[in-house]
Amino acid sequence: MAASTGKSFASRFGVHIAVLIFVAIWTVPTLGILVSSLRDKDQIIASGWWNSFASSSQTGAGRLPAASAQVEKDGKFVIAGNIFGDGAKRDISAFGVKSAAPTQYPAGSTADLGDGVTLQVNADGSFVLASPKAFEGDRGQRVYFASSAPPKFTTDNYKTVLFSEGIGRSFMNSLTVTIPATVIPILIAAFAAYALAWMRFPGRALLIAVIIGLLVVPLQMSLIPLLKLYNGVGSFFGVPSKTYLGIWLAHTGFGLPFAIYLLRSYIAGLPREIMESARIDGASDFEIFVKIVLPLSFPVLASFAIFQFLWVWNDLLVAMVFLGTEADQIVLTAKLNALLGSRGGDWEILTTSAFVTIIVPLIVFFSLQRYFVRGLLAGSVKGG
Amino acid sequence: MAAQIFSAIFVIIVGVGGCVAYFWGANKALDTIFPSRGVSGSAAVDNLRRQGLIRPWLFVGPAMIILTIYLIYPVVETLRLSFLDRGGASFVGFANYEWAFGDREFRNSILNNIVWLAVVPAACTFLGLIIAVLTDKIWWGTIAKSLIFLPLAISFVGASVIWKFIYEYRGEGQVQIGLLNAIIQYFGGQPQVWISLPFWNNFFLMVILIWIQTGFAMVILSSALRGIPEETIEAAVIDGANPFQIFWKIMVPQIWGTIAVVWTTITILVLKVFDIVLTMTNGQWNSQVLANLMFDWMFRGGGDFGRGATIAIIIMIAVIPIMVWNIRQANKETGGH
Repeated sequence: MAASTGKSFASRFGVHIAVLIFVAIWTVPTLGILVSSLRDKDQIIASGWWNSFASSSQTGAGRLPAASAQVEKDGKFVIAGNIFGDGAKRDISAFGVKSAAPTQYPAGSTADLGDGVTLQVNADGSFVLASPKAFEGDRGQRVYFASSAPPKFTTDNYKTVLFSEGIGRSFMNSLTVTIPATVIPILIAAFAAYALAWMRFPGRALLIAVIIGLLVVPLQMSLIPLLKLYNGVGSFFGVPSKTYLGIWLAHTGFGLPFAIYLLRSYIAGLPREIMESARIDGASDFEIFVKIVLPLSFPVLASFAIFQFLWVWNDLLVAMVFLGTEADQIVLTAKLNALLGSRGGDWEILTTSAFVTIIVPLIVFFSLQRYFVRGLLAGSVKGG
Repeated sequence: MAAQIFSAIFVIIVGVGGCVAYFWGANKALDTIFPSRGVSGSAAVDNLRRQGLIRPWLFVGPAMIILTIYLIYPVVETLRLSFLDRGGASFVGFANYEWAFGDREFRNSILNNIVWLAVVPAACTFLGLIIAVLTDKIWWGTIAKSLIFLPLAISFVGASVIWKFIYEYRGEGQVQIGLLNAIIQYFGGQPQVWISLPFWNNFFLMVILIWIQTGFAMVILSSALRGIPEETIEAAVIDGANPFQIFWKIMVPQIWGTIAVVWTTITILVLKVFDIVLTMTNGQWNSQVLANLMFDWMFRGGGDFGRGATIAIIIMIAVIPIMVWNIRQANKETGGH
């Protein structure tokens, strides 16, 4: 627009670089947890995720088999095998027998352990421990080694969090909260928005002003009275105070001002002629609403639905106040918050759980971005 | 789990069906009680008039009831509770407010909130504007905008985990798995426990919100920039203005209203910021903010509703000036419609 005039190659190049840097800053953090969630859990703590395609090195320790494994060969007593046993193979670069010097000998060399005892450890983990005298005791020789493992990617973390950490169940809980809490306000708001846009009745202007005012009432104002109300209703009727119905209605209430505001400004902008010709044909307001306004309003209904869906799915505060923390009610955000406390350093659990919680919003966002942007624009700079 | 799916589907059908049944049934009832068809002319006119009086209230009724219970009643009740003791049993006057302004943690929260308010809306708007202008000039701008916009879809808790991983600290000399400390260590610096550095940790928490909200500012401002008449810029170019002059003197003044909207929208959000602080520090290391402090008092020691309500009222008072501005702006936009 402004740029097309008198621009040197250098400044155009600079714009590309600048945008590239911004894009990198905005995507790298998310990429970090995606990559980490797919890594082997030992590798996550052994190297930064940006190194995940390189081999990771770590220092390990193992104990060789005890004396009972020895065989006599050419007058020597020999214990042979592989340090890694049947487990995952890693590349050994160096080894040692003292914890103070874990990498004293390079892989493949033969270490002299005194009294004629020798130990050879190869890069693939195979070892030969030889001695002129028979080995004794039931504790094998301790060996330290530095090893590197090839990059290893796995979906095990996802299996773990979904099925044994309770994230799968929370995923269902989140859906149970979100879908009704998205659909119910749309219906209620659409009727109210139509009435406020196209029907004449006393107090209409006041109602519109009140709704716009309620748009910015902080959620915090509602929490304590509603908590008391719910507790009161719960104990009066002898039912639990933390229920799915309770949170659906709460989200409906909190979402309504924005829903009515957004839908009203759209519905008010529909062409007057259509409504009037329908009215002359004898259609009632209800018929006009259902047959004309609703179909024409599809884009704005979709915008609000995406908004509300993302808001409810991502909400933590309302869920923590109005839902319990047991497995049958805890939603993904609350579960993730709980895991931050209980599994603070277990990044394979945290990154994977975080990715499970953000995957649904990301899919919704990418597939319906057009409507989402339209809703944002309508909500903020209508007529601006 | 299968039972839960079925009960959820069942309830969705009942809830949505109930709504539909209400609206359809109420309108049907109105048409039956005051028929406008198949009756004599004057009676039809009378009945149409009566229908016109009642029908709007059938349409707005459910919304009004829910708004009253979930927003209007709580505002009044919270105000009342803020003058009562912790259980809401006896009147204590302004004792809760006196407590608040004498409380070290509360004053710390106010201070932090002010810093948040000063930094986050400005940073989001500024970065959003820069990115909007830059991405307008390149062929892959739409893709770039999508990617920068993406964090807006991520929950605050999810974003907190993402950034906690970036701030992760390992002892000096160990392999740093947190990106920030790895970079610091690569350049020979000292790894830090970023989120427990008093005062500065606020900024590390703010980065998360800026990261989320810049996309919002960018999208709104980008569309406003597109609305600028081409001629004004061409005229400036002919007059020999350089790109910076065009940006600051031609473009920015024309989208000033939009910038203000973006700024206030993010300001309101900042006043209510809660999730990020709860999940990152829970207010430790002097990073407390009002919204999290309020949540804390709601449940601390069985819950102190008086103090919690007082903090809510203070958040509300902070929001009021912006609320008034927003209502005015909205009225101006609809032309008093």
